[in-house]
Amino acid sequence: MIRFLLNQELRVERDLDPNVTVLNYLREHLGKTGTKEGCASGDCGACTVVVGELVDDRIRYRTLNSCLTFVSTLNGKQLITVEDLKDNGQLHSVQQAMVDCHGSQCGFCTPGFVMSMFALQKNGSGYDKAATEEALAGNLCRCTGYRPIIEAAEKSCSVQAQDQFDRQYEATLAQLRAIAPDETCELSAADNRSFSPLTVADLAELYCSHPDARLLAGGTDLALEVTQMHKRLPVMIYVGNVAELKTVETFDDRIEIGAAVPLTDCYDVLSREYPDFGDLLHRFASLQIRNQGTLGGNIGNASPIGDSPPALLALGAQVVLRKGNSTRTIALEDYFVDYRVTVQQESEFIEKIVVPRSSAENNFRVYKISKRLDDDISAVCGAFNLQLGDGTVTGAQIAFGGMAAIPKRARHCEQALVGQPWNDETLESAVKALAQDFAPISDFRASKEYRLLIAGNLLRKYKMELSAPEQAIRVTAHV
Amino acid sequence: MALVRQDLQTGVGRKIPHESAAKHVSGEAVYIDDRLEFPNQLHVYARLSDRPHARILKIDTAPCYEIPGVRIAITSQDVPGQLDIGAVAPGDPLLADGKVEYVGQPVIAVAANSLETARKAAMAAVIEYEDLEPVLSVEEALKKEHFVLDSHQHKRGDSAKALAGAPNRLQGSLHIGGQEHFYLETQISSVIPTEDNGMIVYTSSQNPTEVQKLVAEVLGVPMHKVVIDMRRMGGGFGGKETQAAGPACIAAVIARLTGQPTKMRLPRVDDMTITGKRHPFYVEYDVGFDDDGRLHGIDLTLAGNCGYSPDLSGSIVDRAMFHSDNAYYLGDATVTGHRCKTNTASNTAYRGFGGPQGMVAIEYIMDHIARTLGKDPLEVRKHNYYGKEERNVTHYYQTVEDNQIAELTAELEASSEYERRRREIAEFNRTSPILKKGIALTPVKFGISFTATFLNQAGALVHIYTDGSIHLNHGGTEMGQGLNTKVAQVVAEEFQVDIDRIQITATNTDKVPNTSPTAASSGADLNGKAAQNAAITIRHRLVTFAARHFNVTEEDVEFRNNHVRIREQVLPFEELIQLAYFNQVSLSSTGFYRTPKIYYDRDQARGRPFYYYAYGAACSEVLVDTLTGEYRMLRTDILHDVGASLNPAIDIGQVEGGFVQGMGWLTMEELVWNPQGRLATNGPASYKIPAIADMPADFRVRLVENRKNKEDTIFNSKAVGEPPFMLGMAVWCALKDAVASVGDYRYAPLIDAPATPERVLWGIEQIKQAMARDAVVETA
Repeated sequence: MIRFLLNQELRVERDLDPNVTVLNYLREHLGKTGTKEGCASGDCGACTVVVGELVDDRIRYRTLNSCLTFVSTLNGKQLITVEDLKDNGQLHSVQQAMVDCHGSQCGFCTPGFVMSMFALQKNGSGYDKAATEEALAGNLCRCTGYRPIIEAAEKSCSVQAQDQFDRQYEATLAQLRAIAPDETCELSAADNRSFSPLTVADLAELYCSHPDARLLAGGTDLALEVTQMHKRLPVMIYVGNVAELKTVETFDDRIEIGAAVPLTDCYDVLSREYPDFGDLLHRFASLQIRNQGTLGGNIGNASPIGDSPPALLALGAQVVLRKGNSTRTIALEDYFVDYRVTVQQESEFIEKIVVPRSSAENNFRVYKISKRLDDDISAVCGAFNLQLGDGTVTGAQIAFGGMAAIPKRARHCEQALVGQPWNDETLESAVKALAQDFAPISDFRASKEYRLLIAGNLLRKYKMELSAPEQAIRVTAHV
Repeated sequence: MALVRQDLQTGVGRKIPHESAAKHVSGEAVYIDDRLEFPNQLHVYARLSDRPHARILKIDTAPCYEIPGVRIAITSQDVPGQLDIGAVAPGDPLLADGKVEYVGQPVIAVAANSLETARKAAMAAVIEYEDLEPVLSVEEALKKEHFVLDSHQHKRGDSAKALAGAPNRLQGSLHIGGQEHFYLETQISSVIPTEDNGMIVYTSSQNPTEVQKLVAEVLGVPMHKVVIDMRRMGGGFGGKETQAAGPACIAAVIARLTGQPTKMRLPRVDDMTITGKRHPFYVEYDVGFDDDGRLHGIDLTLAGNCGYSPDLSGSIVDRAMFHSDNAYYLGDATVTGHRCKTNTASNTAYRGFGGPQGMVAIEYIMDHIARTLGKDPLEVRKHNYYGKEERNVTHYYQTVEDNQIAELTAELEASSEYERRRREIAEFNRTSPILKKGIALTPVKFGISFTATFLNQAGALVHIYTDGSIHLNHGGTEMGQGLNTKVAQVVAEEFQVDIDRIQITATNTDKVPNTSPTAASSGADLNGKAAQNAAITIRHRLVTFAARHFNVTEEDVEFRNNHVRIREQVLPFEELIQLAYFNQVSLSSTGFYRTPKIYYDRDQARGRPFYYYAYGAACSEVLVDTLTGEYRMLRTDILHDVGASLNPAIDIGQVEGGFVQGMGWLTMEELVWNPQGRLATNGPASYKIPAIADMPADFRVRLVENRKNKEDTIFNSKAVGEPPFMLGMAVWCALKDAVASVGDYRYAPLIDAPATPERVLWGIEQIKQAMARDAVVETA
C-alpha cells in the first residue's frame, strides 16, 4: 500500500502494479491527461511533474520525469501536476507568463515547461539566467526556439506572489508528516511487488531474501527496461527511502556519499571540492534526471559512458559494497569488470561512494564531449588528475568514458607520464600511448577515429589549462 | 460613440496570444490521445519489418491470438479496399504486400484492449523473410539510376560553354543530412465506426482531406462516408502532411473489421523508425566565376534520397531545384534533380520542402568561391544577388519582383555591425590558439505557393448566431503556428468585432471540403483569404439589409469596434445581427480563394511557380574549439520580411523557432543508420534537437517594418512558416568561417551538413593537413 498526496488530496493505492509509471498512472488510471508523453524515455520533459517531499521538516519541490518514475516511489510525497496550478479559475503566475510571452505554439511540450518553471519559481529567489537554463535544459520545445520561454521564466521568477501552495503550505506539511512512512512499505498487484525499506539493515535483509529483486534508486535507467524494452520487473526494492543511503558526510580526508543521494544533492559537496566535477554534473542529463538519478545508480548500472565514473576513477574513489551485515570497500577501478558487468555479488549493493578530499597537489579536470551541450550522452568523457613536483609528473590518474566497454583508467598513458618531465615531448608520447589503452568503437555518437583523436586532444587541452589557467579555452566559458 | 472611435484591439496586426495559449499552459488543450476512451476501445500496434529489403515468405498471426486481450491481427490481405496509400503516386502499401522495402515498414497490425498487449501480441507473430539486396546509399542509387520518379532539369543558356569560358572554375560535392521532425506529439489517429459503414476519424494531420480520401479508399467506400476532425496537432513541420494517413487508415480498417473504436498512437521510437524525414541530398557542382566571384555558369546536380517510395518527393526535389539559386543570379545554369530510391523510410515534407537543401548547396558554393578567391564570403554573396532591373530572372524564368534582398542585407549588416565584428573576430583568432570565432551573414529568398499549382485553393465557413457570436471554420490546420489565431483576426477585422466573439473550431471535412494540406507556408495566405471572403459575403448582406432597413445608403453603414454605426445611430454588433435574423437575412456563408497569377510548364521547365518571394537574412557568430570541434552560438541577428504582419508576436515566434530548427538541422541533428539500414538515432536519447542552451546567447530578431507585400495577399502579409528555417544557414556558414580561420581563410573547409562537432574537427584537421602539404611544397 502506498499513500501520497495528489495535490492536496490523500490517495491510497493498495492494489497497483509497481511497474506502472506516474505518467501512465495519471493518464490511464486517473484520466488526468494534462501531463504528456513525448518520448517515454526521460529525454524530452513533456511529462514533467513536481513532487513535494518532506526534507528536514520542510517541503522540498522538485521536478521529475513522470515517464521514468514508478508510482511506488510516490509513497509519502506530494504529486503536483499541471492541472493543479490554476487557482479558482485563474492561471498561475508561471502559466500567465507563458501566455503573455507567447511561450507556447503547438502546446504539447508546454505543460512540462510550466512545471519546470513552477519548480524554478518555488525554489529560487528571483530570476537567474543560469538557473533558468539549468531548470529548463531537460524540456525540449520544437516550435519556439526557447527565447519566449526564457522570457516567461524571467517574468514569473521576478514576481514573487503568494500562490495557493504557499497559502496551503502548513496544511500540506501536516498532511505529509501524517503520511510519512514509518516502516517498510510494499506495493503489489498481480505477480509484481515493490518494497521500500527505511533502513540499510532492512534493505540488506530484503535483498538477501529476494536476490532476484532489482534495486530501484532514481529509476532513470531501470524504468527504461519497462517503458522502452517492455519488460516487467517482478520484484523491486526501492532504496530512495533508506535513510543511511541518503547522507553526505565530509571527513578530513574524504567525502562519503550515500548510494541513494540524488545527483542534485551531490552537486554542492563535489563542486566545492572539485569545480570541474560541478561543471560536469551541470551537464549530466537534465535537472529532472539529476533530481532522481543517484550517484550510486550511475555507478551501479555500469554503463561504458556514465559520466561520473571517469571523474571518480581519476579521483581514486572507492565504493563500499554491502551484503547482509558485511561490507567491503574496493577501488572503483576494480568495480567494473566488463560491459555492464561489475564485481557485485548476489544480494550485494553499493552502500556509499568514498571520494578523497581535494588537496594542494590536486590538478583535477574533466571534459565531456557530446553533440549537444545539455542533456546528451558523452561521445567521450575524459578525466585527468596529475600530481606534479619540480616540473616532473609524480603521479597520474587518467580515466575515460566512451572509449571502452567500461569506464577505464588509461594505464599506458599514465605510465608514459609518471616520472617524466611535464613537457610537450612527454605529452605527445602520452597521447600516443592512448592508442594502446583504447580501441574505441564507432557508433551514432562518434567514430572511433574521432574518439581517439579527441582523447589525445583533451590531454593536450589539460596541459594547456594547467600551464595557463588564466586562459579560458573551453567554449562553455564564453557564453 | 467613444467606443466606436476606438480601434479594435484584437484585429489584424495585433500581438494577440495564440488562441489556445491558456489551454496549453493549463493542460486543458485536448490532443487526440487525451480524448476520453470508450469501454471497448482498441489500441493498435504495428509489427515492423526488421529487414531493409526482403520477400515475405510467411506471416503467421495465430500466435498473436494466444495473448489475452487481443481482438484482431491484420495483414495486407485484410484491407477491404485499396491497399496503396501513396499520396501522389502509388508505392506505399498500408501494410507490406509480399515484400518489405525498409527497416520499419509496417507488416502486420494488432489491436487489443491495451497498447502493451497489442505490442506483445504483434511481436508474437511469426514472419519469415528471404533477404534481397538493399540499396542504402544515395550515391549508389544515383549511380544505378535507381529512382522513384523521373528526373527533371532547369536549363538556361549554355552552362557548359559558360563554364569553359569562365576565368575561374571549381568542382565539388556535398552531402546534406536529413532531419527528423520530432514533433512532440507522435503520429496518432483515433477512429469511431458509424452507421452506413462510415467513420469519424480524429487525426493529428496537416491534411484532413487526404486522410479522408485514403480512409475511404482503404475501406472501399465513397469519401462522403468519412468525416475527419482535426482540432490541433502537437507539432507537424511537414511530418504530418502525408504520413499521418498510415495510422488513420490502419485504425479505420480495424474499426471496420471489429466494429470497435480504434486508436493508433506511435510510440516515439516507432514513429522515428516508420516515418520519413527531411530528404538527405547528395550534391555535385561545377561552377565558373570571375575574379569578383560572380557566377558565369553552373552545372548543379541535386540527388534527393527519397527512401523507398515517391511520397511527395517529386515536388520536394522540384523545390530544391527552384531554390538552388537562393538569392543569386546563377548565370548560364543547368540544374538537374534526381529522385533516388533507397531502402529507407519514405522521406517526406519537412519545413522548406527541399528548398533548404537547394539553398544549402548554393551557399556552400558561395563559401567555396570566397575561400578560393580569398574574399569575405559576404562580398561574394552580394556580388551575386539578383538585380532589380537586370539579372533578375531565375533559372526557371520567373522574374524576381519586389526584390529587397540588397536593402535587407545592408540594414542587417549595419545593425549587426558585421564589419566591425569581422575585424574583431580576425583579431581574436590571431591571439587565440584553441578557440576560434566565426561569423557569417546569409540571405534567404523563398518562393511562396504550392508548386503543384492546383493546391493553391482554400475554403472557409463562417456562421453568425443570433446572439452575435461567430463560428469560424476553415480548411487549414493548427499545428502550433497560430493559423487559427490569424484567421480569426482576419474575421474579427472584417466584422470589426473582438476575437473572443469568434469560436475557433476543429478543422472538419464535413464543414469545409476538398481542402489542401496546411503546408508550403500557405496556411494564412489561403485560408485567411477564404475566411475573409466568407466574412465579406455576410457583411455585404448585413450592409445591404441595414441600408434598406434604416433607409440610408450603404456608405452610411460602418462596422467599427464591436458596433455598427448607421449614420448617427450606433448599434452593438449583436443587435444588428438580431435584427438581421428577424428580417430573414442569411448569417452563414462559405468563402473560397484561389491564388492568382501562378503557373508552371513542366515540359519547358518555365513559369511563375511562386506568387511572391519572402526574404530574410541572418548574421550568426559562433565559437569553435579546435581541439574537440565543440562550439557555441554566441550571437545571431535576424531581419525577416513578413510583409504587413497579421500578428507580429506569432510571426516573431515563427522566425525564432524556424531559425533554431534550421540551425539544429545543420549542426547537432544527425541521422545515423547502421550498415543493415536500421535507423540508429531512433529516439531523443540519440537524436539531439536543440535544447535551451543552444539558442544563441545573444539573439536579436526583427521583422522588416513598413513593407507591405506588393501582391494582393491577405492584408498584404507574407507567409512565414518555412522561410525563416533557412536563416539557420548562417550558423553553419559561421562554423565554416571559424574553421577557415585555422588556415588563415585560404582554404575552404569542406564540411558536410550537419556540422556536428566531429565534422567540424575533421574540417579543421583537413585544413591543417592541407597547410602542412603546402608548407612541404614551399620548402621543396
